[in-house]
Amino acid sequence: MEEDRIAGTEKPQWEPRIIAFLCNWCSYAGADLAGISRLQYPPNVRIIRVPCSGRVNPYFIIKSLQHGVDGVLVSGCHPGDCHYISGNLVARRRFAILKRILEFVGIEKGRVQFSWISAAEGERFSQVIKEITQEIKTLGPSKKFVKDIEDARE
Amino acid sequence: MQESERQLREVAEKLLTEKKVDVIIGYEKGTLPLRARPAFIREPDEAKRLVWNSRCENNLCFYLRTVKEKVGIVAKGCDTRSMVGLIKERQIQRENVFIIGVPCPGIIDRKKIEEILDGGELWEGVESDSQIVLKGEGFEEKVDKDKLLHDACRSCKHKNPVLYDTLIGKEISEPKIDEYSDVEGFSSKPDNERWTYFNEETGRCIRCYACRNACPACYCPQCFVDQSLPTWFGRTPHLSDTLIFHIIRTLHTAGRCVDCGACSRVCPMNVELRMLNKKTEKDVKELYGYEAGTDLEELPPMATFKIDDPQEFIK
Repeated sequence: MEEDRIAGTEKPQWEPRIIAFLCNWCSYAGADLAGISRLQYPPNVRIIRVPCSGRVNPYFIIKSLQHGVDGVLVSGCHPGDCHYISGNLVARRRFAILKRILEFVGIEKGRVQFSWISAAEGERFSQVIKEITQEIKTLGPSKKFVKDIEDARE
Repeated sequence: MQESERQLREVAEKLLTEKKVDVIIGYEKGTLPLRARPAFIREPDEAKRLVWNSRCENNLCFYLRTVKEKVGIVAKGCDTRSMVGLIKERQIQRENVFIIGVPCPGIIDRKKIEEILDGGELWEGVESDSQIVLKGEGFEEKVDKDKLLHDACRSCKHKNPVLYDTLIGKEISEPKIDEYSDVEGFSSKPDNERWTYFNEETGRCIRCYACRNACPACYCPQCFVDQSLPTWFGRTPHLSDTLIFHIIRTLHTAGRCVDCGACSRVCPMNVELRMLNKKTEKDVKELYGYEAGTDLEELPPMATFKIDDPQEFIK
């Protein structure tokens, strides 16, 4: 985690990296509102804007973990508010199964999170990010699933 | 069983003579002892090649998509459930298939026989109602059939075909068992123990994709693991890649897998693939009250939604 090191500090404290897939119409606008409203939230989250939470392939989530992120958040519109009518509802079934499988194979609870955040919920967005950052900090760095290229060459 | 076999040949011969079907897909005697293999019968006088016994392991629905003629097919309980799925997904047309249903008391697992033989060569196997006699150089062993049953057959609750045009023999009683006891027992273990288990299991995987190729539900023209523009799916035998392959495959067959056991039968490395499949099957049943391959009308669970689906996991 070289890039996270601040010059002059001896032992950089571990900070989690979290990927957030936010839907364009609600959660991304919610994040925007949080910014415009000058609300504070942890800088650990890296946002990827997607057209809809239904666009998020379960493999996006697993691949993020494979590349060594410590947590993944997928956020979309509240049920009934989807810009594409039912994208989030189809996604909800997919994520329900995915989350159960991941926990079944032994991924820690809380590594992969889901939320509904509307465009008006800037306050809630900053709250959710605070909560999951805290949760993932207590879980510690993600090691399972991480693919080490050096390891693969053996 | 012999009576069923006689009936089966009669039905097949009649179908072919009356030209109701162009081809019968069934089983014939294999070249090795205690093996049966898929057979494609086109002439009425060839119908005597057909066999029906506890070694007829293949899920023949797999061939339905590739044969374009009118087909008669010998189908066990699990096979008919696969067929229901394929009909629902518009992969085969019901009117083109004549289903010869056979109630199946369970098939024997050849890997369990290999375990008993312990490297020895099997010369002959004789099957009776409850026992199988294994003969080879310098040994002759009687084994209870129950001991040799495939794991998928042990937890099977659909021994009778769910969909058929004609039924061979009599329906057998469905057992009252808890099919998810293995999964439940395993779920109660701590995270790390489960993680180690899956690492050991999928660590043996050599990515031959035999499980995918044998699966009647895996029919995508291009599988996600074969996509190369971009090659977004890791192809190394690295643990992370193999485990992810199995997880994603389970996700793709969620609500469609009927636990016919075809994937675990063909696995050359004996990876326990049924654990993940069974878990997903259980989840789909718990969350959406859906059981794959039992109803022709109900929409597949991952292709639909309800406004009040469970969402306690979402913040």
